[in-house]
Amino acid sequence: MNLGKEIRKFFPALDQEVNGHPLVYLDNAATTQKPVSVLEALDKYYRMDNSNVHRGVHTLGTRATDAYEGAREKVRKFINAKHFGEVIFTRGATTALNMVAQGYARNICQENDEIVLTYMEHHANLIPWQQVSKYTKAQLVYIPMQSDGTMKLEDIKKCITDRTKIVAMTHCSNVLGTMNPIAEVAKLAHEKGAVLVVDGAQSTPHMSVDVQALDCDFFAIAGHKMMGPTGIGILYGKKSLLEQMEPFEFGGDMIEYVHLYDSTWNDLPYKFEAGTPIIAGAVGLGAAIDFLNEIGMNQVQDYEQRLVKYAMEKLKEIQGFVMYGPKERSGLITFNLEGVHPHDVSTVLDMDGVAVRAGHHCAQPLMRMLDVTATARASFYIYNTEEEIDRLADSIQNAKEYFNHVF
Amino acid sequence: MSSNRQLDTLYRQVIMDHYKNPRNRGKIDDGSLTIHLNNPTCGDTISLQLQIEDDIVKNVKFIGEGCSISLSSASMMTQAIKGKSIEEALKLSKVFSEFMQGIAPPDDLDLGDIEALQGVCKFPARIKCATLAWKAMEKAIEEKTNEVSVSDSHCGCEMKENESK
Repeated sequence: MNLGKEIRKFFPALDQEVNGHPLVYLDNAATTQKPVSVLEALDKYYRMDNSNVHRGVHTLGTRATDAYEGAREKVRKFINAKHFGEVIFTRGATTALNMVAQGYARNICQENDEIVLTYMEHHANLIPWQQVSKYTKAQLVYIPMQSDGTMKLEDIKKCITDRTKIVAMTHCSNVLGTMNPIAEVAKLAHEKGAVLVVDGAQSTPHMSVDVQALDCDFFAIAGHKMMGPTGIGILYGKKSLLEQMEPFEFGGDMIEYVHLYDSTWNDLPYKFEAGTPIIAGAVGLGAAIDFLNEIGMNQVQDYEQRLVKYAMEKLKEIQGFVMYGPKERSGLITFNLEGVHPHDVSTVLDMDGVAVRAGHHCAQPLMRMLDVTATARASFYIYNTEEEIDRLADSIQNAKEYFNHVF
Repeated sequence: MSSNRQLDTLYRQVIMDHYKNPRNRGKIDDGSLTIHLNNPTCGDTISLQLQIEDDIVKNVKFIGEGCSISLSSASMMTQAIKGKSIEEALKLSKVFSEFMQGIAPPDDLDLGDIEALQGVCKFPARIKCATLAWKAMEKAIEEKTNEVSVSDSHCGCEMKENESK
């Protein structure tokens, strides 16, 4: 499958005009558009197979269960998890990270222990650890960051000590595009007996992820950022750790035996999936994984690299254009235009049909580090084209001229 | 081009003037009530100070970070309520909130410069930029009338560390 122009026909939402211009959708780090195959999988599930899972003996119950568990197996293969039970369906990456913080970290952290974090974390991989810290009195330690938005391995090494219980790190920054050396960090964490929790929301949609090769202990994924529906995500965890971890929610399907005063828990992964699970969401995510597999994750990454390099070259020609983050980065560009607030930039772009994100990108501490209150961000995916980047550049130029004019 | 004409409905000259030369920007040294408010989804912040005596807004100043719409709206708001009674300020705030939903102000009320913000209602994503300062003003008056505290009180639900440069 050729990416860019040819693949666009599979995405109905891309085929529309916004404010009189063909839509240029460049907010993919927030959420991606959905291919027809995902929409059809959701539709088919609700039209034909809808039933509760793991319960009914009837045919629809079996079909729904097969579809749901089939999606789990697709995820397992996609991230190369060792065991089926290591893949837990959640509401999203945020829920997955909260589950680890509350179900695992809160029980193992004590006063004087340390939780190591980075300045570039999304609020979802930051606030849960603040809460653990408040509850257990464990200290939060931040790894120093370079001005280009990367971290030195020696700094990471210095921060991980015998006191470290948890290292929580994003695989790929949603603001800077920095790709962190997870496999190396896993080694450093494990040498000190710490557990590595990885926010994979921004990496999994864009590159090949092998959780065994990374050797991370927990890994969180957001389904809707990889063409799946909203409301579905994944918590991957190593079996031995998930077995130690307390359930996050209690109720139906997560139990083994229920007595009047106590109960025992179901096996993995069901121990962590209380209540009727997100069946349609999982089925939709499975279809999105099929779509990505058909392309191949290496091709996805190569294509986005081409786009982002093209965009960096093109945009740096604009006078007053300030770009944040390292040269080697994932497929996004966070920027400001001198003298124009990012909201105003974003409104001008929207008038030209170009959708970008403006704001703090759920990373307020990082914004303070960068000494800005907000930025704009253009983020790319497999269906974006170089022509669209040209339109982005033209529109930014337009914003600059418009504001120069009105001032 | 046509999109620039649409932009002109949002970015009127008078808005840009308030953005560039904000009125009542700064701090009141003492005897005033301070409210910090931010828009947690986008990072805009305002720190608004009101000096209220005998139910009259004697003085008002603000500092803040934000886009042209949010800062110009703050500037216009301070201009509009200075010297007015609390009751008049709150009424104006209600009218402004309706104005942002496309409802015209009553005939007998002259909004002055604020009229220029009319275009904002056509840009739903920007309405919250325009209303931030007004919400801060409402909260300040609410705190004053509740007499929860006299000075330097914070709005509990919002971020407090909105340091401005």
